Amino acid sequence: MSKTITIDPVTRIEGHAKITLQLDEQGEVSEAYFHVTQFRGFERICVGRPFYEMPYLMERICGICPVSHLLASAKACDALLAMKVPPSAGKLRRILNLAQLIQSHALSFFYLSSPDLLMGMDADPKERNLFGVMRKHPELGRGGIRLRQFGQQVIETLAGKRIHPAWVVPGGVNEPLTIEKRDKLLAQIPEVVAIAQKTLSWFKIEFETFREEIRTFANFPSLFMGLVTPDERAGYYEGKLRFTDSHGNIVADKLEAVNYPDYLGEAVEPFTFMKFPYYKPLGYPDGIYRVGPLARLNLVENCGTPLAQQEWVEFRALERGAVLSSFHYHYARLIEILFALEHIEEYLLDPIITKSHARYSASLNNLEGIGCCEAPRGTLIHHYRVDEQGLITWANLVIATGHNNLAMNRGLLQTARHFVRSEQLTEGMLNRVEAVIRAFDPCLSCSTHAYGQMPLQLRLISHQGKVLDEISRESFSGKHE
Amino acid sequence: MSKPTLATVWLDGCSGCHMSILDMDERLVELSEQFDLVYSPLVDYKEFPAHVDIALIEGSVSSDEDDRKIRLVRAHTRVLVSLGDCAVTGNVPAMRNPIPVPELLDSVYKGNGLLQEQVPTHCLPTLLPRVRPVHEVVNVDVFVPGCPPSADTIFTIISELLAGRVPDVAALSRFGA
Ligand code: SF4
Repeated sequence: MSKTITIDPVTRIEGHAKITLQLDEQGEVSEAYFHVTQFRGFERICVGRPFYEMPYLMERICGICPVSHLLASAKACDALLAMKVPPSAGKLRRILNLAQLIQSHALSFFYLSSPDLLMGMDADPKERNLFGVMRKHPELGRGGIRLRQFGQQVIETLAGKRIHPAWVVPGGVNEPLTIEKRDKLLAQIPEVVAIAQKTLSWFKIEFETFREEIRTFANFPSLFMGLVTPDERAGYYEGKLRFTDSHGNIVADKLEAVNYPDYLGEAVEPFTFMKFPYYKPLGYPDGIYRVGPLARLNLVENCGTPLAQQEWVEFRALERGAVLSSFHYHYARLIEILFALEHIEEYLLDPIITKSHARYSASLNNLEGIGCCEAPRGTLIHHYRVDEQGLITWANLVIATGHNNLAMNRGLLQTARHFVRSEQLTEGMLNRVEAVIRAFDPCLSCSTHAYGQMPLQLRLISHQGKVLDEISRESFSGKHE
Repeated sequence: MSKPTLATVWLDGCSGCHMSILDMDERLVELSEQFDLVYSPLVDYKEFPAHVDIALIEGSVSSDEDDRKIRLVRAHTRVLVSLGDCAVTGNVPAMRNPIPVPELLDSVYKGNGLLQEQVPTHCLPTLLPRVRPVHEVVNVDVFVPGCPPSADTIFTIISELLAGRVPDVAALSRFGA
């Protein structure tokens, strides 16, 4: 008899979603669906509004990575003005982007996923959270809070506000960085670098105990995509797009983000508000690719900062071609935190950073603009068209988490097939099914241009589609004790 | 006596208000000594408990699911706090209100060269014709504007409520802050 399992809500992820697993007559998982359940339609609500509002409207797509939307949007607006930004502003924007990478990765790793890693996938759900981590592993927990705090402090110092700042403007940034502020930030770097290194040393020992998860958490060949700079580093704020395959070979290179419709298509499926981007030359769904920390470390020929470079070499030695297990998104995230800290220091030491001229002005020169950068979760593209008055007539957003949609669904199926046994469903099984999604760190608010909460609900559905049994971890059953 | 219970709920918001809760940094962990966090996207409890002392609500009511959730939360919560402009006024999510829902969905899921163009509906909530602030659906006890309210504001609000006092919100935050 075939059944369906629904996990509802999925917790410790960034958004609203649920998971359905379909079982066949043998009780084996045959299908897995990742439902993103929130919709807001930013692409439509922006129509008719002036383009210069976009950075501050679009950053409200997501409270976790507002800076990415702020920057992609500002870059699209720079393109509408047909202008470059002053060199100091370019560097300040880059620092802002890296600061956000740090805070977002710290959130994902320490606040959302470390409970699984520290206490085990089968741990008591009551303890399996940040507060449990603080009780049992206070040093690691405190380190995580500090890393996230540092990222947020850099954003606050530069942009005046931790969440939804209005400092980045078309043409540059609103206010230059003072020497005093710069020095304050620089003084903190050695401390946070030490935390990042300590966490990495711990993780490298710890992940050995997750062999089974490494083997089955969305571990399959796929393409990888991301921005790469001319000197072969991952380009977080700039660069051209590269696709590599699972052997590490370059499939396509130096693609201009502005031509994205030539090589990226999007499909719609009936079970989720999140679209499915695919690599056009391979079609749908064969054009599956992954983005984000794992992809970025797989794409490049070097990492670019001394400490992170050493870690990157070790990381790439895990496998002969590309590192394929999505479990290693966690590992890649820690290396990127270290890289971002070192790179912020380099930028801050550049005298240009405190130059007073940080904004150019121009009037509308183009009726179409595209802005692209790497958000913590992968490549982000904002594409706007305006009329002669500068009012938005059309917008398209290709969002980091969306690129991973095909891979998340396929990974879900792989993990569920391996761990879920219909005859005796356990908490730990369900938690692993959620954990594979957590490894991708999906930002569902972004990907549906709305935020989603993840209900996790296991439903047993017969192959005729009849609901036979339901094990619902439904968030709002409002159960009485 | 057991500690007061706290819940945080995420309706149609950007998560920024939740991030601002986390921006209390270590103060959040210190403050957590004084309450039990019994329901939140941050912890693994999948059911909203029968009795919650304080619930912080992020986001507006945009779908039938949100509507069902907020009514349940209200029924089981003593002090319900609308946290942030989306909960208080509808803010960004409510910008879709002038657009009929079918047109909105069509504009996102049809055309533009999309493959398999269709409006997704399978296992998904239904959008309400109009996004509403929380207090249009249920009674709200405390309103905290801000987009998002700052971590300091949230810290003060929670501390005051835990101490049994009604916080002076006007002194702490404003719309769009
Ligand atoms: S009030 Fe602002 S920060 Fe809070 S959920 Fe709404 S848009 Fe996000």
